[in-house]
Amino acid sequence: MGEFKVHRVRFFDYMPTAIRAMAFNAHTERLALGRMDGSVEIFNFADRYFQEKVIPGKDSRSIEALCWVGGRLFSAGLNGEITEYDLENLRPKYSLEAYGGPIWTITSNSQGAHLAIGCEDGTVKLFEVLEESIQFERNLDRQKGRIISLSWHPSGTQIAAGMMDMIRVFDVPTGELKTAMLLVDRGFGGSKSRETVVWSVVFLSDYTIISGDSAGKVQVWDGHTGTLVKTHLVTKWDVLALSDESSVVVGTSEGTVIQFQFIAPTLQQQQDKEWVRTRTFKNHTHDVRALAEIETAIVSGGMDTQLVVRPLLEKFDERSHASALRKIQFPHRNLVFCAKKAGLLLFQFPGQLELWRLGESDGHVLFLCDICLQGEDHICCSALSSCGGWLAYSTMSSVRLYRLQTDNNDISISKVPKLPKILRSAHQLCFSSDSSKLFAASSQSSVLVIALSQSECKYVHTLKPKSGQQPIHLMTNSVDGKWLATANSDCEIHVYNVQKLKLHCIVPVYGSCPSAMGIHPTTNNLTMVHADQQIFEYSIVEKQYTDWSRKLQKQGLHNLWLDRDTPVTHVTFNPKNPEQILLHDMHMFCIIDQSLPLPDQKTQFYNQMTLRSLSEQERPSHLHAFKICKTFQDLLSVSLLDDQSLVMVERPLLAITCQLPAPVRQKKFAT
Amino acid sequence: MVAHAEIRVVHLSGSKINFREPVITNDSRFLLCASGESVKVYSSSSEECVHDLQGHTDLVSGIVRNPSNHLQVYSCSADGTVRLWDFTDGILIKTFIIGYPIYSIYVSENHGGVVFVVVPMANDKSSELFQLVAVHLPLSGDQEVEARELSAVLCDVSPSGAASFGRKGEYIAAVKGLQLEVFFFKKQKSHRFFLKSGNKKGAKNAFTCVSCHPKEDCIATGHEDGKIRLWRNFNQKKEYTYSTLHWHHGAVNTLQFTPEGTNLLSGGIESVLVQWHYTQENQKDFLPRLGGAITHIAVSPDGSLFCTSHSDNKITIIQSCVKVSAIIQGLVKGEGVRTDLTIDPRSKALVLNGKPGHLQFYSLHRDKLLYNLDIVQQEYIHEEGLDQFEVVKAAFDTRGDWLATVEERTQKGSELEINLKLWVYDEQTQSFMLNTTVIAPHEDQITAMCFSPSPETTMLVTISFDGHFKAWLLADHSDTKEGASWSCDFVGGYHHLKPGCCCFSADGSLLAVGFQEVVTVWSPSWELLTTLSQPPGAIRDLCFGRLSCSKYLLGTSTKNQLCCWNLLTCSLEWSTPVDVSLLQADPLSENMAAFCSQSGCSDLFVFKPGEPRPLYSQKALCTGKVQRAVFAPRDQMLESCEEHAQWLNRSQLYFFTQHMDLMTFSTKTEEDRLLASSKRLMVDDSVAVTPFYLLLGKHRQHQEALTNPMAERIQLPQGSIAIKELLYTPAHVLPSASFLCSMFVRSLLISSSSASEEKEPVEEEMESEEEDSEGEAELRDARQDLGGSAAWGPGEELGAPALTKAQERELRRVKHFDHSWLSSVLEC
Repeated sequence: MGEFKVHRVRFFDYMPTAIRAMAFNAHTERLALGRMDGSVEIFNFADRYFQEKVIPGKDSRSIEALCWVGGRLFSAGLNGEITEYDLENLRPKYSLEAYGGPIWTITSNSQGAHLAIGCEDGTVKLFEVLEESIQFERNLDRQKGRIISLSWHPSGTQIAAGMMDMIRVFDVPTGELKTAMLLVDRGFGGSKSRETVVWSVVFLSDYTIISGDSAGKVQVWDGHTGTLVKTHLVTKWDVLALSDESSVVVGTSEGTVIQFQFIAPTLQQQQDKEWVRTRTFKNHTHDVRALAEIETAIVSGGMDTQLVVRPLLEKFDERSHASALRKIQFPHRNLVFCAKKAGLLLFQFPGQLELWRLGESDGHVLFLCDICLQGEDHICCSALSSCGGWLAYSTMSSVRLYRLQTDNNDISISKVPKLPKILRSAHQLCFSSDSSKLFAASSQSSVLVIALSQSECKYVHTLKPKSGQQPIHLMTNSVDGKWLATANSDCEIHVYNVQKLKLHCIVPVYGSCPSAMGIHPTTNNLTMVHADQQIFEYSIVEKQYTDWSRKLQKQGLHNLWLDRDTPVTHVTFNPKNPEQILLHDMHMFCIIDQSLPLPDQKTQFYNQMTLRSLSEQERPSHLHAFKICKTFQDLLSVSLLDDQSLVMVERPLLAITCQLPAPVRQKKFAT
Repeated sequence: MVAHAEIRVVHLSGSKINFREPVITNDSRFLLCASGESVKVYSSSSEECVHDLQGHTDLVSGIVRNPSNHLQVYSCSADGTVRLWDFTDGILIKTFIIGYPIYSIYVSENHGGVVFVVVPMANDKSSELFQLVAVHLPLSGDQEVEARELSAVLCDVSPSGAASFGRKGEYIAAVKGLQLEVFFFKKQKSHRFFLKSGNKKGAKNAFTCVSCHPKEDCIATGHEDGKIRLWRNFNQKKEYTYSTLHWHHGAVNTLQFTPEGTNLLSGGIESVLVQWHYTQENQKDFLPRLGGAITHIAVSPDGSLFCTSHSDNKITIIQSCVKVSAIIQGLVKGEGVRTDLTIDPRSKALVLNGKPGHLQFYSLHRDKLLYNLDIVQQEYIHEEGLDQFEVVKAAFDTRGDWLATVEERTQKGSELEINLKLWVYDEQTQSFMLNTTVIAPHEDQITAMCFSPSPETTMLVTISFDGHFKAWLLADHSDTKEGASWSCDFVGGYHHLKPGCCCFSADGSLLAVGFQEVVTVWSPSWELLTTLSQPPGAIRDLCFGRLSCSKYLLGTSTKNQLCCWNLLTCSLEWSTPVDVSLLQADPLSENMAAFCSQSGCSDLFVFKPGEPRPLYSQKALCTGKVQRAVFAPRDQMLESCEEHAQWLNRSQLYFFTQHMDLMTFSTKTEEDRLLASSKRLMVDDSVAVTPFYLLLGKHRQHQEALTNPMAERIQLPQGSIAIKELLYTPAHVLPSASFLCSMFVRSLLISSSSASEEKEPVEEEMESEEEDSEGEAELRDARQDLGGSAAWGPGEELGAPALTKAQERELRRVKHFDHSWLSSVLEC
């Protein structure tokens, strides 16, 4: 495998924020996820739950609910605004004040023509969805008390609203309150004096209303008569989220997800079905704040910041990667940047950047500085040049470039004052290896080339692809400074000749989004790893896949490799040994040695332990190309410095859990 | 051995009543449970045993209500028969012979005429695999019917209590290991559901029990790790679903839905009955502190009464899940009997350790627990791994005034704690009161103790591994107010050897203590009179002979020796090389019983010390070693004339087998008397003897002579006669009214002359005797034809006809007498 000196870095205090809202678009198979800090993430469920896009948050923005209308994404929050997002430029398109105080919920009808929002002042406001914007239409009958949750009847003629202590049903065409008025009784014992919050309602097509409230009850109501059909007491604490498809899923503040199914009491006659509590999943330690039930799985997220995809096993015929439980804890992009020559580390937080210098073998590290942002926008990307002389970051509204001068332990940071006007914001930033150029990914997959020098920085050119609308999420350049490769969410990979400033070629589009790529320093082969774990190697010079890549595709990757559940987020090369490609995902670090035979399905894949037990003579016959090391867990970044030492940035999940607020106290048996 | 066949080894009393699920009758008045080889009918309100349904010849392994008649129950047994009983009158209605040992029985009202039984896989009788088969019960008027129409339903089921019928009997669910199997009768198709063994997170998914909802299609299963799963949509291979309930921390032993399906009852080791509200699973009610791990739950058909069986051989009857209304307690048998079996001289009850820290007084004659005496008087904590005080020895003096108990506690890393307690019988409270507690009477375990039988002194001798024996005397402290208390009088030893056993002679004039290989004999003034030794081997048991044999002392050694010393000559009278594991003397006669273990089996020899030939011997009494034995005096003497059975006349020998079954010996005369007494009870119970009764009886006598042997056989097991049958048999089992009518009318024609009347009975009697013997012979033939298992003890079966004869003769005599009275009435 080769021997490396390892810097094991555990001082990156990365802390994801809690999940607040979720909306699944069954048509495009995209899940929109809203976090507490106002950021929105888009996951592509068709492509191994890959995190395609991240819209950075803003201090003043809060998200209480998300809602898809067709391909458009809306959010509403306690700041009283409705926001539509521009998913191509990864920014809010516009925000609209609803004039109803804080907004608790937003939901669209099944026709996609109207949005309904529930406001603090007790109004349900209807907005008409227009081509480019939305327009306020009218208020429904105003009620006393806030509207916490809303649900449209699938026909669009009625809407159920969950309020304090009650549920009301409105007739949408007239805007009047229907006679049905359901009083939700309060909890037992001491909580009797407190109001019950109906956190969630679901209006089913058979006019059944299902509600979840803060007294821990899930109640089934008849929407015609407004009578209570059934009460399920599921928890001592709050029932926070509901979601329905063929079954109803309930999330509670103790971290459990409970499934209710509509089951006939007897096997033969299928008429008198009842909602029966069936399965309980406990994958969260904290409140489950958001839920989505997709066709084959239950997706849940909450205070413990992780997104859990729990497949429903009866929907699968056989065990595969799709039927395995999946937890998404880390973002599928880089937050750590490493200056290979200077030995500097840059950590990106939403509101600040931290710069560290790696020490010698004695493990001494030095905190150099942190750069805090002014303004309320969060950082969307940053970059550090490999010489350690330049640092750049971008927010939604501006790009900042800094000149770093390190002198032993002192550092001086000077902001480059005048940046070209065209450089307004960037989705990705990248310095050329000789630090003479800065590449900034801009709108419509274009790349701005900025020449850097001591005195000034100058706009050089805009590299534009022939086609492409989606934002660039990956960018890499070659060591010799000749090639630049970009990848966007449409899975297109463009290779530009930086010297000639023109598009060199387009790599054949593969169906899955690339999650990491790198250009080999000597051969200039582009190695790409996709979200579905496939690996390709493309010769930029010859404009075709390399023989090794063809061989790999012909033979196929090992099943154990394909079944891994986190994408590879980083590809680097070993300059000393050009045969080696270094990859890592969250749970493992891998060196692919292209000189060794590829493993077939019968080979023992994770063979490091076996190799260690074998004698020197036997070893070569058992070697294969994939050398996997699982010593390091919860990896955020792996990079190889020029002095052949590896930097492993770990963020133990336990440390994240420790920083979370205390969960709801539960009596555990035998404690 | 043929001669000995009349003495049978039986489960007479003290058998397990928690072996299988009890059954509550439709009107909730009676509770039926399997108890050894019989089915006991208890009154659910008074806890009294009303009937003892006897007839099976092996362990009864299941009882179910007859779904088509609420006054009948089916019972099944390892003897390969299913019997139909009328439990209100205690009558055996029918016997269905299946031919394979049966382990469980299930019925459903939607499967008329079919019972489902669990039998071993047909190909291999000794295998551990069992199958559920449906047995079509043939419709035949005969008493004994062979039911050979078997059809397999499920293969590989667990032998006991792990199957349940679903709604309207449409399917049956059975669990075993990690598999739930549901068989749909309509489609003749079964669905199997598997769980993972689930080793992680302490999950143990193996199924333990199953119960089906009576109204909805929902199956509840209990699991090793205490979870309960409710399965729904189980007619689909993949879309099935289940929800999980979890309260029990140990395995769920049993589950039962209430008849309307509104509640689910579960029980386990926690001794808490949990009542789950169906569809409101978060709400549950508890009935805690039931006193022992719950093994079975039964619910009355109207749902008003629950009963739970417990691991300490107890059945608790619970009214509407809130109130324990009755407790039926059997003999408590833990893992072992620490104390020896003793007989309380006052109550003649069997005394042994029962509940933790208690002594139980169990009446063998009434088969009932009399009371528990709390010896340790400390709270028992139900938790594994705790060392708590246990009663290890108990002894009574001859009059039953004093009881001595020893309790000990061994703790790892600390010294042994021993307490000797002496209890005095208090006439006023009719119970034992603590008189003296001696803390640490010896420095090591007390191996044996006995009271001196001499009437002058009240003395107790304890011997211990510390090398000493101590004599304790009741000293009267009349000066203090405390009254009499016990104190140590003498400490003796012999060459620092460890004593193992001790025995007083019948008059209390000699004390023999066995010090390893040496037997020392002491006088009451504590002089060492003599030592006897017969090496090699340490002395295991010592026994003085009684009555005419009181000059003998018997001892057994670990090296396969049974020695008999003559105390007059102080020499060895005789010795034989047998490995006697237990030697027991009958306090009422000269007899001694020696249990020998040989090649995995136990043999019994009963002998008199002075005679060379054993009175009785039985080879292969039971498998394994006999743990404990005791001679229990009978309340009534038997007048058995057979030589080999005479030793059982005064006392009965009870013993514990390896599996903690209490067995005893029963003789033919005893069984006769038992049945006779039950019959007498019936007659006593009856309403006044009416002329009608007698007339019909008279007629029946005539009929009897004419009826075929088959009809004769009907009467055999109950030993009933025609009148009784007519009056006692419920209407639904009687022959048709037309048949009875003609009989009755004919009987009214009393035109026969008084002269012929004199002779007729004699003829009749002879005839009927012939018939009887014929019937008996045929019965025996039938048995052989069936090729029934070798375990069939013919004793009881053959005993019954003889009794019937004798009894009938007696009754006839009575009837003749009465008839004359009747005629006088008629004349008037």
